[in-house]
Amino acid sequence: MNQSAPDPVPVLALKGVSKSFGAVRALQDVSLMLLPGEAHALAGENGAGKSTLIKALAGVHRPDGGEVLLDGEPVVFHGPADARDAGIAVIYQEPTLFPDLSVAENIFMGRQPRRSLGRIDRKAVHDTTAALMRRLGVDLAPDRPARGLSIADQQIVEIAKALSFDARVLIMDEPTAALTGSETSRLFSVVRTLRSEGAAVLFISHRLDEIFALCQRVTTLRDGRWISSEPLEGLTEDDLVRRMVGRDLDDLYPKQDAEVGEVALSVHRLTREGVFRDVSFDVRRGEIVALAGLVGAGRTEVAQAVFGVDRADAGEVKVAGTVLRPGSPTAAMDAGLALVPEDRRQRGLVMDMSIERNIGLTGLGEVRRRGLVSRALEHDRAADWAVRLQLKYSRLADTVGVLSGGNQQKVVLAKWLATGPAVLIVDEPTRGIDVGTKAEVHRLLSSLAADGLAVLMISSDLPEVIGMADRVLVMHEGRLVAEIPRGSATEESVMAAATGRSERAAA
Amino acid sequence: MTTAPDTKTAPAPRAGGNPSPVRSLALRWDTAVGVLLVAVLVVGLGSTEGFGSAENLAFAFNDIAEVAVIALPMTLLVVAGQVDLSVASMLGLGSALTGALWEAGWAFEMIVPVVLLAGVAGGLLNGWLVTKVGLPSLAVTIGTLALYRGLASVALGSDAVTDFPQVYADWAVDTTTVPGTFLTYPVLLFVILAAVTAVVLHATGLGRALFAIGAQEEAAYFAGIRVKRIKLLLFVVTGLFSAFAGVVFTLRYGSARADNGLGFEMLVIASVLLGGVDFDGGKGTLFGAVAGVLLIGLLRNLLTLNDIANEVQVIVTGLLLVASVLTPRVIATVVERRHRRAANAPASPSS
Repeated sequence: MNQSAPDPVPVLALKGVSKSFGAVRALQDVSLMLLPGEAHALAGENGAGKSTLIKALAGVHRPDGGEVLLDGEPVVFHGPADARDAGIAVIYQEPTLFPDLSVAENIFMGRQPRRSLGRIDRKAVHDTTAALMRRLGVDLAPDRPARGLSIADQQIVEIAKALSFDARVLIMDEPTAALTGSETSRLFSVVRTLRSEGAAVLFISHRLDEIFALCQRVTTLRDGRWISSEPLEGLTEDDLVRRMVGRDLDDLYPKQDAEVGEVALSVHRLTREGVFRDVSFDVRRGEIVALAGLVGAGRTEVAQAVFGVDRADAGEVKVAGTVLRPGSPTAAMDAGLALVPEDRRQRGLVMDMSIERNIGLTGLGEVRRRGLVSRALEHDRAADWAVRLQLKYSRLADTVGVLSGGNQQKVVLAKWLATGPAVLIVDEPTRGIDVGTKAEVHRLLSSLAADGLAVLMISSDLPEVIGMADRVLVMHEGRLVAEIPRGSATEESVMAAATGRSERAAA
Repeated sequence: MTTAPDTKTAPAPRAGGNPSPVRSLALRWDTAVGVLLVAVLVVGLGSTEGFGSAENLAFAFNDIAEVAVIALPMTLLVVAGQVDLSVASMLGLGSALTGALWEAGWAFEMIVPVVLLAGVAGGLLNGWLVTKVGLPSLAVTIGTLALYRGLASVALGSDAVTDFPQVYADWAVDTTTVPGTFLTYPVLLFVILAAVTAVVLHATGLGRALFAIGAQEEAAYFAGIRVKRIKLLLFVVTGLFSAFAGVVFTLRYGSARADNGLGFEMLVIASVLLGGVDFDGGKGTLFGAVAGVLLIGLLRNLLTLNDIANEVQVIVTGLLLVASVLTPRVIATVVERRHRRAANAPASPSS
């Protein structure tokens, strides 16, 4: 399948590469060809071996078997510097720049053009940077300090740096995970420019729509093995998911119909100065209500004010008819609220703590026997939920930091579901999670709602919003501008409201 | 990492599986301090005449009773990622107040509650500045370190009050022991408080919350833990214990002075850190902290018995402190490197 035609010689290729760490085979007999002028997607679930493959290409890992081919010739990279000299550049999700240096200085760090007496040729640094930015079609001043640049701009700096090395292969490891929609489309246009100049691009993303939008061919890995390499044309997202997961995902959005009961959460005229104002909505038992909107529209802030971690300036929150004491997460929990925050590494979990203790944190009053914490009860509570959520772990006493992103998210869910909430607020529940786990989380939310839980789901993933929600609330610049029932919710109608275009019509 | 092929959905305890490196390290460090403590005891018994006598042990332990008592709440603070540098000043303030009120003709039974109240007030001020004003505890308590010592001087000036009745002084000195043991009453008190503190830290919801706050305050707050209230409580308890230590110190020396316990805060913090409590918060055991206090106490006693100058003792304490902070990090780095080499990305922690 990977031999499509007598194509041009691949710039960079892996042939039958294997790599083991101890007893674990991270890569087994994997092949990959990167052609000039082509954007190649690398697909696979978390743990499929994508990162190991990138590291093999970037000279970080030396393969145990197989070979790396540069322009058709076998090469051995002794370190990242070798790979860089061969024209291979890796752009990571979150670049690390020197914040106090300018954009131009960052690009030429350590190899500044010199004038006589070893003085740095500032003009050359500046002009070359400006030329690179023009070539990328990006408006980024060379003199700007790196501090304060958005992640998207930092990535552009990294790409410009790669270009200044005459990189012919650009490897991008989930570059869009932290970008907004418009930043992503700018990045894509930069990548298309590079491609038209003959560069080969290897693109990794969990978002299938991005793979289809940007790439021409795709290689899929599963459990460290090569599954397929093929043109994306003629492939559907379902085909790709099937290759990644190894089975049919019957449905990525398994929304069941649930009986809608009485109002569980009622938010009335909630306002936080300068952040959001006059937000009112209800969530009923059995309902999944999505809160959609652009990044920065105030959705997370509303959720945090509802839960009480932020204090609202005006308005009230009622859970099952009782008004919550404002600014108190403890009161919110007692009333049956639960919040699964967006930032699971900072806010959702104590990364250094064990799985069982993290799950136990929300139930310190429950896992007691005669006033003292009972390790047995704590363990049972965690084990119960670990099984119900099909958590993949080796021991509950392991720190959550060793788990994959999807499994960490399951621990956060377990921690909150263990409190037996009446209302569950989930903020970006599937961000950065592989497709298989994503479907599991969706199935879980759906069955929880069917059991009578009221779910408020914040999501920037439009297919998820459309696929899972009974109702969609849309925020725009701190205000609730639309409420769209399931029947008429489409990506277009939600986006229109989120960008403020149909504000009057939809509200 | 966990989607390695051999990972099961159900718990799959592997025989002799490597425990979490962090925890096993903390365990090992505790044990190491415990072993060191025993070693100092053995060496002392073998090398120094009089070291093992009941009188000397009573004296040695009694001599660090105040430091030990203050180290208990300090351990809780450090586990929660906080620190209180004003403890020795509060001890001094407690001592000065005791002296001043005694001189003013108060009954001793009335003095103690007032001194304890002063401790609570000082702790409230520290806690208020940290939780409500939002200042870092290190900065706040450097300030109140000066403030409380200053108030102590205001209360008593440069005088010493020494005319405490024998009946009270006897309670605290090392020649009075609990019948049948070599424990003095201050040490017995410490033992009881240490047991209570150990239970609080390691077997209650509050203790769990302290570890969570120290490791990741934001996550603790998002889990519904009353972070500010708990921190405030810790500072209050620390103030209370420190003021009480001031009373004990006064009686033990039969002398109330404003400069009593000068510099003790370093000894307290050194003991806690030596015991393996992580200054960054989130890790540590009370056993370790207690072992740290005892180790410093016995070592100083041993050095004194061998006529080693006080300056050298200070140097030894300082070196121990540096070693205690340094060693676990060095071990952690080594362990982590070995760990990474052994299990480097079983299936690559992609993303």
